[in-house]
Amino acid sequence: MLGLGKKLLAAAAIASLAGPAMAQDDTIKMGALATLEGAFTVLGEDGMRGVELALEEHGYMAGGKKIQLITGSSDASPDSAVRAARKLVEQDGVQILVGPLSGSEGLAVKDYAKTQPEVTFLNGSSAAQDTTLREPAENFFRFNTDGAQWMAGLGEYVYNEKGYRKVAVLAEDYSFPYTQVFGFLEPFCRLGGEAPLDARFWVPIGNKDYSSVIASLPDDVDAIYVALGGADAINFLTQYEQAGGDLPLIGGSITVDQTVLGSKGRTRDFVIGTPSAGPISDTWDNPAWNEFVAAYKEQFPDGFPSPSLFAHAYYVNTKAALLALEEVNGDLSDGGAAYREALSNLEFDTPTGPVHLDERRNAVADIFLTEVIEGPEGNLVNKTIEVIPQVDQTLGVSYEEFLAYGQVGRENPTCE
Amino acid sequence: MIRRLFKGEISLSDINPAWALLALFLLAYPSFASNFFTFQIGAYSLLLGTVALSLMMLAGYGGMVSLAQLTVAGFAGYLVAIFGDNSVGVMGLGWPWWITVIVAILAAASFSALIGAISVRTEGIYTIMITLAIAVAFFYFVRQNYVIFNGFTGFAGVLPPTVFGVDWRDPVPFYYLSLFIAAFFFCAVLYGARSSFGLSLQAIRDNPRRMRALGYNVTLHRIAAYFLSGLIAGTAGVMLAWFNSRVSPGSVGVDVVIDILVIAVVGGLRHPLGPFIGAIGFVLLENFAIDLIDRERFNTVIGLAFLLAVLFSPDGILGLWDRLRTKLRSSRNARPRSGRAQWEDGSPAPASEES
Repeated sequence: MLGLGKKLLAAAAIASLAGPAMAQDDTIKMGALATLEGAFTVLGEDGMRGVELALEEHGYMAGGKKIQLITGSSDASPDSAVRAARKLVEQDGVQILVGPLSGSEGLAVKDYAKTQPEVTFLNGSSAAQDTTLREPAENFFRFNTDGAQWMAGLGEYVYNEKGYRKVAVLAEDYSFPYTQVFGFLEPFCRLGGEAPLDARFWVPIGNKDYSSVIASLPDDVDAIYVALGGADAINFLTQYEQAGGDLPLIGGSITVDQTVLGSKGRTRDFVIGTPSAGPISDTWDNPAWNEFVAAYKEQFPDGFPSPSLFAHAYYVNTKAALLALEEVNGDLSDGGAAYREALSNLEFDTPTGPVHLDERRNAVADIFLTEVIEGPEGNLVNKTIEVIPQVDQTLGVSYEEFLAYGQVGRENPTCE
Repeated sequence: MIRRLFKGEISLSDINPAWALLALFLLAYPSFASNFFTFQIGAYSLLLGTVALSLMMLAGYGGMVSLAQLTVAGFAGYLVAIFGDNSVGVMGLGWPWWITVIVAILAAASFSALIGAISVRTEGIYTIMITLAIAVAFFYFVRQNYVIFNGFTGFAGVLPPTVFGVDWRDPVPFYYLSLFIAAFFFCAVLYGARSSFGLSLQAIRDNPRRMRALGYNVTLHRIAAYFLSGLIAGTAGVMLAWFNSRVSPGSVGVDVVIDILVIAVVGGLRHPLGPFIGAIGFVLLENFAIDLIDRERFNTVIGLAFLLAVLFSPDGILGLWDRLRTKLRSSRNARPRSGRAQWEDGSPAPASEES
């Protein structure tokens, strides 16, 4: 027995050492990479639901080939994302990879994609600007919009409709919130709004104590722009409410999402009327969106009450991967060149409207301007105020002009 | 043995065949392993093992469990990005690679000596706490310092140089470089443990008061040990930065710091081979646990594996092997009396085995 076991083990070891097993002719291997550990686990799991939703819709078939899904996990750090991507590509031999979830991960995976020209990479939900804007990779496609696009229309809205002239900024200290702050402030400041540098507060991810930030908020601002996610947003809102804060809020794309709106307590009343913008709107009354939500709820009864923007982004990217596969009849034999050509020219209708790619393979899609209201059953929901059609990555200006704005960061734009 | 090697008194028969086989296997490994196994499993295990080796040296011979070894490695990685080249546009002074590497390793070793100077007057759990505090402080410092360490983003595009026409980031050259470094420090630690410095360090571990009474400068010995372990960790840190081609606060986070302790403890702290065994187990689990089980539970597998290893063998996998070997040996000795040889699992051996 032992001898046999040892032999089997050895055989397995040799087989696995010998490198990626060649995919059978009638199967295409697709990898999905999301944060299934660490601070963003819950979000990563919802991203995976988006992948499964799209695959289920196609019955795990595309272009006459079976799709075999292999999952990988990162912990939101770029190192772990690249390690997981490398394992999926070099060991499991996936030909298409969907992921990753978070901004800095996307930048790292894009760099890795350049070393694997035969493999086609589609983004998950990562929304940092430079993943596609500067030094893009030929084989990295992003069918979701980036963090600056998500803010489209919000700066104009709070300046014109809400009448805010001066705002304080509170955001987490990494690439995705930089992109969001840039997307919000760029139009806001162009219209004449102010966001003084000393009223911008950058906190680490997972910050628990906001008392020092709250104490140093200036009195003469009209509102606070808050770009925090998940538990960070809840912690800040609770502490700000307890400290007696009464400034109106403006929300980033993941600040007033389901995790915050679903929470109990007085924070609820406090966020009513908060405007925000993002790639989805929970309450958009549109047949395609309603169908998407219904399918999500049916397939994942233990998921969120409504798909998060992570599920949406992973769904859209996986869907794009499958549609392009149909177009080339599942033929990746030329190292995927024809497939990538098909992806570049792909235009299709997502649950949130039509999407196509620009020349740097970043999505042009609709953005939703929303505001928190109290729903009919006393629950909080994001009401759709306006759908901003077909927002591109350069926010309406030319590529060269947009590059001149400089890289996103803590002090961009300076608003002076 | 090494001393005899220099005197030319060594012959082939002195070399343990197991070691020779191991060396042969490690040298031939890239010829049958895929690029993925060469680079991400092989080289990465060797590098993590080398960092853990620096901890093993401090803990096993000096009795000082320092959680700041990865911090020292990360510091060296940061220095390579700062003095050398990176693609982020912050710092990146563009020094020649060999100056950068030497400065990074020496500075890391000095940093390690400084950590030693702060913590050597403490014992046991207090050393762990002080070094953990240093590791956490370093993590928060690099995350919040934007001028030098570029904050949360850290540095990307940190690549090894092309020397002798070889791109050292290619899997096979990188593997051999890692293997050379790991083997060099492995032998250095083995040799050092039998040198007079190593012996007095072990004596200090066992009875510092007696050594002090004998006239040894205990504190200085310990700080010197920290410096030497800093050389090991710093070299591995430079390699790790090249391996990831980046270094960021995530590379020196508390979870990674703990990983190194886990690797060293699970592998075994009594012999320099232990950290490498621990590292291989760790890297394999990290990469393949997700294939074994439902993806939402795979961290549980990793945790359970380490729990079992520590539960059943407090001195690591190496200790397990030692015990197994002792048992085998005693059962082999008992064999003539038992009349008939047996396999380990109790089934009778074929008759030819007896002759």
